[in-house]
Amino acid sequence: MTTDLVSRLRQRLRADQVRDADAEVNLYRRDASNMAGHPAVVCFAETTDDVRAIVQIANEFGVPFVARGSGTGLAGGAVPTEGAIVVSTSKMNRILSVDPVNRQAWVEPGVLNLDLSKQIAHLGVHFAPDPSSQQTCSIGGNVANNSGGPHCLADGVTSAHVLGVEVVLPDGSITTLGGEDPEPDGYDLRGAFVGSEGMFGIATKVCVKLMQNPPDVATMLLDFADVADGAQLVSDIIAAGIVPAAVEMMDQLCLQAVEEFIHAGLPVHQAAALLIEVVGLPGAVASHVDRICELAAHRDVGGVRVAVDDVERALLWKGRKSAFGAIARIKPNYYLHDTVVPRHKLPEVLAQVYEIAERHELLVLNVFHAGDGNLHPLLVYDAREPGVTDRVHRAGDEIVRVSVEAGGVLSGEHGIGLEKRELMPLMFSDVDLAAQSDLRRAFDPEMLSNPDKVLPSPAGCGDIHSVPEGAWV
Amino acid sequence: MSDTALDVAVASFASDVGDCDPVTISGLATRGGPVAGVRSVTAPAGVEWIEPAEMTLRCGAGTAVADVDAALREVGQCVGVPETGTIGGALSVGRSGIRRLGWGPVRDSVLQVRYVSAAGDVVKAGGPTVKNVSGFDLCRLLVGSWGTLGFLADVILRTRPLPVGERWFVSRRDPWELLGELYRPTSMLWNGETTWVLLDGHVDDLAGQVRRSGLAETDDRPTLPPHRWSMSPAELPSLQASDDGGFVAEIGVGIVHRCEPAPPRRHDPAMVELHRRIKHQFDPGGRLNPGIDVLSIT
Repeated sequence: MTTDLVSRLRQRLRADQVRDADAEVNLYRRDASNMAGHPAVVCFAETTDDVRAIVQIANEFGVPFVARGSGTGLAGGAVPTEGAIVVSTSKMNRILSVDPVNRQAWVEPGVLNLDLSKQIAHLGVHFAPDPSSQQTCSIGGNVANNSGGPHCLADGVTSAHVLGVEVVLPDGSITTLGGEDPEPDGYDLRGAFVGSEGMFGIATKVCVKLMQNPPDVATMLLDFADVADGAQLVSDIIAAGIVPAAVEMMDQLCLQAVEEFIHAGLPVHQAAALLIEVVGLPGAVASHVDRICELAAHRDVGGVRVAVDDVERALLWKGRKSAFGAIARIKPNYYLHDTVVPRHKLPEVLAQVYEIAERHELLVLNVFHAGDGNLHPLLVYDAREPGVTDRVHRAGDEIVRVSVEAGGVLSGEHGIGLEKRELMPLMFSDVDLAAQSDLRRAFDPEMLSNPDKVLPSPAGCGDIHSVPEGAWV
Repeated sequence: MSDTALDVAVASFASDVGDCDPVTISGLATRGGPVAGVRSVTAPAGVEWIEPAEMTLRCGAGTAVADVDAALREVGQCVGVPETGTIGGALSVGRSGIRRLGWGPVRDSVLQVRYVSAAGDVVKAGGPTVKNVSGFDLCRLLVGSWGTLGFLADVILRTRPLPVGERWFVSRRDPWELLGELYRPTSMLWNGETTWVLLDGHVDDLAGQVRRSGLAETDDRPTLPPHRWSMSPAELPSLQASDDGGFVAEIGVGIVHRCEPAPPRRHDPAMVELHRRIKHQFDPGGRLNPGIDVLSIT
């Protein structure tokens, strides 16, 4: 069937847009998770019509398809189902229009997140969601995963920054969900589509909201001898009515790894540090910095470092954003988790995370979005050690469970994908999951658009395929 | 975990909704009142809790927005839901208030909902934390769904700090110039001649913005005509030439308040079909708020 499928695709697309050689297809078996699938063919769409042609052919042949941006997803959301068509949108990478006055832009899904902000910087605006992968992740991927990032604390994650989406629906029809006007008729299908992990169709154009660049910025690094004091300060700041642009936490192991990597003078002898950024007009920024310092003094803060210029500010952020690279100096492999807990539960849940890692004889580093309670425990290990991968998976499972038990959620920004679909019942009842499945069926009655993701197998009944390699739950 | 008073009220509400006959929901008539001639139910009311350090609040969907505002004011917070009717009504209509430019749309205030489905089940969507991407976003689907997919029972909302020093200013300058100059105004209203600007913040910042942009403080505000037109904000300048002044436009947003209702819009067949399928999946018998077609509300 694959030969017929490929022939049919080549009738509608140029031959060089359709790749089925093993060496090429194998490059698309994985995303940035540790899971892998087996696609039949990879297509490089260049236009909305290309995407529609591919989806129509997938329907003719009854084969699943999965859209793929840059493949930076961490939950296996872009891992292809057995025999699927991978629809790469990486060549749909044009910024179509920018309205700097009303702060909106239409972009194609393959535009890279940071490229967008760089190309519109001269207009005094930026795209707010800034995942750690922002140099390589695509806007289409951000839409699929409802991506976050350090600077989403004050302004919200991707859904708050997507106004409209032109989509090819799973039946091959084309429509626009939401749009430039603020109150389109009907249901908020834009809202339903964002974060649907590729299961409701393929985005072919995205209307994004742009944010004003702030006139003033203060970036502060505060360190603590006790992780709990730093975590408590996060709640104190919010309770005081201050919502910084970002509040990030790094623990000691992370500070040490990063310091060896970038030599930024980080407080490596302290248990944890908070990287806090306050933005706005100068009066507000100065008063918020003062207030945060006052609050920190009540939590036994060690040092307080306020970046004196853009160079120092960039260095502090480089420390935060190079954490994942720096970690390779400790062990060759890591498993990055993503859960959210209520802010006031951070001290308690962090203590549990350390305890879980210790019990499984694993090293854990914490570098995360403390401001919104979004934990990112990084379990570092050497996959060559016998049995260690099992321990990593067991520890990860426990971390997710203690987060949900603390009143938290399964994922703050990575999504569910394949990684956590079997954990969905920790948060949702059968009835809750059936409602999600109903919405999926409304968008995709034939269940061809990225099947097997998000919903646990029973609720997704009918779309059970083989469990991909590396899936651990 | 033992059931709270709100849990008990939600269960009772689900039993009121039932699972067979046509049913409508009523509160403070935010939607314009219940569907005539149909059995009516009312959602639970009352603020269950406020967590100031989480900036979250839980309340019954039948709680008056005014009651939520009053409760939040005591802890120095507020919520981005327009000051009208009940929380459930405001969410089911999904229309944002005039602070949307600065505060974002009403849909972004919702973190978790429980609703009663057409089958009479209590269904939870979303999660209690300020950040959450676990599963599909049914919360946003329900905001603006006019009670046609499920009846909201209770919600967890994201709150925000009460604005400091919030004041209205007025100017005769071009509103788009002001939009470019001012840092994050909360609201900008324009009637074709005059622009009203709502600002808040640190006293020095306010003084600086006012001086640089030549704004004058005012106690007057335009009266908003009753009907809402939704336009691309880029189209608003066209109002200047073609209209006789009977409008108030939200600059940077695209809502235009007018005396006459907006003309019906055409919807492509794929959009109509998708709506039909969603309604069918959630309410196959068409029993919830029967007769309301969300694609043709004016």
